[in-house]
Amino acid sequence: MTELLSVQGLTKAYPGVVANDDVSFDIAEGEIHALLGENGAGKSTLVKMIYGLVKPDSGTMRLRGQAFAPPEPRAARANGVAMVFQHFSLFEALTVAENVGLGMENPPALSQLSREIREVSHAYGLPLDPRRLVGELSAGERQRVEIVRCLLQDPKLLIMDEPTSVLTPQEVEILFATLNKLKAEGTSILYISHKLEEIRALCDGATILRRGKHVASCDPREKSAAELAELMVGEALQVPDRAPSEPGEVILQVAGLTSTNVATFGTKLQNIGFEVRAGEILGIGGVAGNGQDELLSALSGETMGSPETVRFRGKTVGHLPPNARRRLGMLTAPEERLGHAAAPDMSLTENGILSGWQRQELTSAGFLKWGAAKRFAEQIITAFDVRTPGAHVAARALSGGNLQKFVIGREILQRPELLVVNQPTWGVDASAAAAIRQALLDLASNGTAVIVISQDLDELREVSDRFAALNAGHLSAPKPTRGLSMEQIGLMLGGAHDMDVADTGGAHHIKEAYEEGHP
Amino acid sequence: MDLSSINWILLLASLMVASTPILLAAIGELVCERAGVLNLGVEGMMITGAICGFAISVETQSATLGFIAAALSGAALSMIFGFLTQYLLSNQVATGLALTLFGLGLSALIGQGYIGIKGLEIASLHIPLLSDIPVLGPILFRHDLMVYVSIAIVAATWATLKYTRAGLILRAVGENHDAAHALGYKVIRIRLMAIAFGGACAGLGGAYLSVVRVPQWTEGMTAGAGWIALALVVFASWKPWRILVGAYLFGGLSVLQLNLQAAGLKVPVEYLSMSPYLITILVLVIMSSGRSRAALNAPAELGRSFHASS
Repeated sequence: MTELLSVQGLTKAYPGVVANDDVSFDIAEGEIHALLGENGAGKSTLVKMIYGLVKPDSGTMRLRGQAFAPPEPRAARANGVAMVFQHFSLFEALTVAENVGLGMENPPALSQLSREIREVSHAYGLPLDPRRLVGELSAGERQRVEIVRCLLQDPKLLIMDEPTSVLTPQEVEILFATLNKLKAEGTSILYISHKLEEIRALCDGATILRRGKHVASCDPREKSAAELAELMVGEALQVPDRAPSEPGEVILQVAGLTSTNVATFGTKLQNIGFEVRAGEILGIGGVAGNGQDELLSALSGETMGSPETVRFRGKTVGHLPPNARRRLGMLTAPEERLGHAAAPDMSLTENGILSGWQRQELTSAGFLKWGAAKRFAEQIITAFDVRTPGAHVAARALSGGNLQKFVIGREILQRPELLVVNQPTWGVDASAAAAIRQALLDLASNGTAVIVISQDLDELREVSDRFAALNAGHLSAPKPTRGLSMEQIGLMLGGAHDMDVADTGGAHHIKEAYEEGHP
Repeated sequence: MDLSSINWILLLASLMVASTPILLAAIGELVCERAGVLNLGVEGMMITGAICGFAISVETQSATLGFIAAALSGAALSMIFGFLTQYLLSNQVATGLALTLFGLGLSALIGQGYIGIKGLEIASLHIPLLSDIPVLGPILFRHDLMVYVSIAIVAATWATLKYTRAGLILRAVGENHDAAHALGYKVIRIRLMAIAFGGACAGLGGAYLSVVRVPQWTEGMTAGAGWIALALVVFASWKPWRILVGAYLFGGLSVLQLNLQAAGLKVPVEYLSMSPYLITILVLVIMSSGRSRAALNAPAELGRSFHASS
């Protein structure tokens, strides 16, 4: 195999942190190469340098033997490098065709482009309607827009930044089929992920980064997931475990929960009903945007409804605001750490007061008890190993994992009878994620009812006793997690929507026709 | 009251003239906001354009040079805003308000020597055949050139935003500047161009007041027209042709209420004076409500600062 891209000694430093320190690796033609590392390991910075978004401080790149130093993405695209971003670079108020056109150098007329989008997207098993507004599409469909945008430019190297984080298992399978087909056609793919099983199934080679440094190269098919994890984290990971316990009495009953008003691009909850018992963890899975935020806000009291839709220990609470529910012992930790779960510019002490003032009695007669509040914040910091100089630090200054440990710990220390968490380990490094999962398991063992809403199916399989799926505002009937296969879970999540497995012959034919039209 | 004392043809004919300043300012602000920049300095740029246009037209005895000077002065003033908000990342609302106050003061200073001077006589066009049509001729086809230029600007803006790649890129920048940056578009440069276009149009609008409509210079003569233009952009859901409808509605009502006052309508003058503002906003609210897409039409990055991380 000949070399397509060769990276030699790339270094990029930002004030206070070296994002990439002397990183070197090669990608062969027709290779799917994994770039593996934790959040903050420098994967994104590295690919941004290849794509011309960031200029390296030192180091060189060679593409097909030629020196390659793209000053801007346009130059990278002209050399056949295309990128699918983790946070989609899409415009919600524009149509699919307009979005695709914006990412191309010399797009054809809109009608011609629409026809090409339809053809190429079907050929690769990713059907798209070019006239639809991107704002109306699901996350999976949005990713298809990004991929089709790249495919239309006939890339030699396709960079994919965490492409599966928003997909159902079936959609992942279809994506893999598409990627394998591209590989068969000679396209190289640089695949960024921290999901080990995926990399073992898909990739031919892997470069592992840790804290900006290239720590290892390997063939991921010859390593076990545990070995890869160890290379990535630098230490052996503890798998969370829990003491077995019998579920107790019913703590929360939800029945006939239907949302009346939702925000633009929000999802309406449709007649949701379930129960959670003491000492039990209910996992709610689903791709983002299927009603997770709406469900959390209905349980927290941010959206109030009719009294009987939510019952806490048999008492109707559906009409109560958040403070009244918190007083009863219904606590929540929302997904968005900065801005929803914590006020970014306030200190950890103040953030502790905002959530815990009732149950921890941090006020008296309307005045703050600063001493008690500081002790509460420090207690969280010690108990949950939050790495911070002290309780006076602003929430914004903490890393994602540390702030998440603080936010979850803050609720757990208030001795909740019910705790609802949304995406507890999203964007959190592996060791902090393991600590948070362990804390949730311990909480349940002590008799608290826990609801974990998450998109990470591995996480839900690890912690939850029963599993239910949210799909377009509908909640499936909860099933015991033990013995549930990934395929069953995928079907509960709504399957692959309307995707087909790629049809290789057709794709080739269309690609040829397409290239003839664009000599 | 004697309604027959109102000359309806003359009233309708003056409608287009009365609306042109707001129309020009609003279409410029529309382009600026579609690129994601909220420039509240429209009033300041208008009044600066008014005095610069008036001064140059009087000094050179050329209305064309006057309008060019007005557009340049509006654009120059808007570049102060552009530099502060795009490079120094200052708050757009505060900077825009400051620009209005600055423009009012600056124009008063420049205008010291021009108070009481009479402006040029601007001849109306006479288009063969069209201008001679009874009723329609005087209403539509006997105005000065700027009236038609302003309509042409609206049409060109609409066509550019809808059908050209440049327009698509402009909308994309206003919709998601991070994504546009990731695709390699120069967000700040595109925004600066949009801001300059907005400033030039506001300058033209101001100059139309002082050079054609009045024509003389008085301090603060724009009298809130810039604010009406800003409101118009929002209520027109950022659509060029709706701006035209809104501006003409407002201009028509202003002319009508003056005529009603003259005809001696038995309603306190204050109510008549406020009616154009009220009715225009009411009509545009009705136009933009009921359609759920209207809310969607606002540029998503409106008023947000862009800072590339690289």
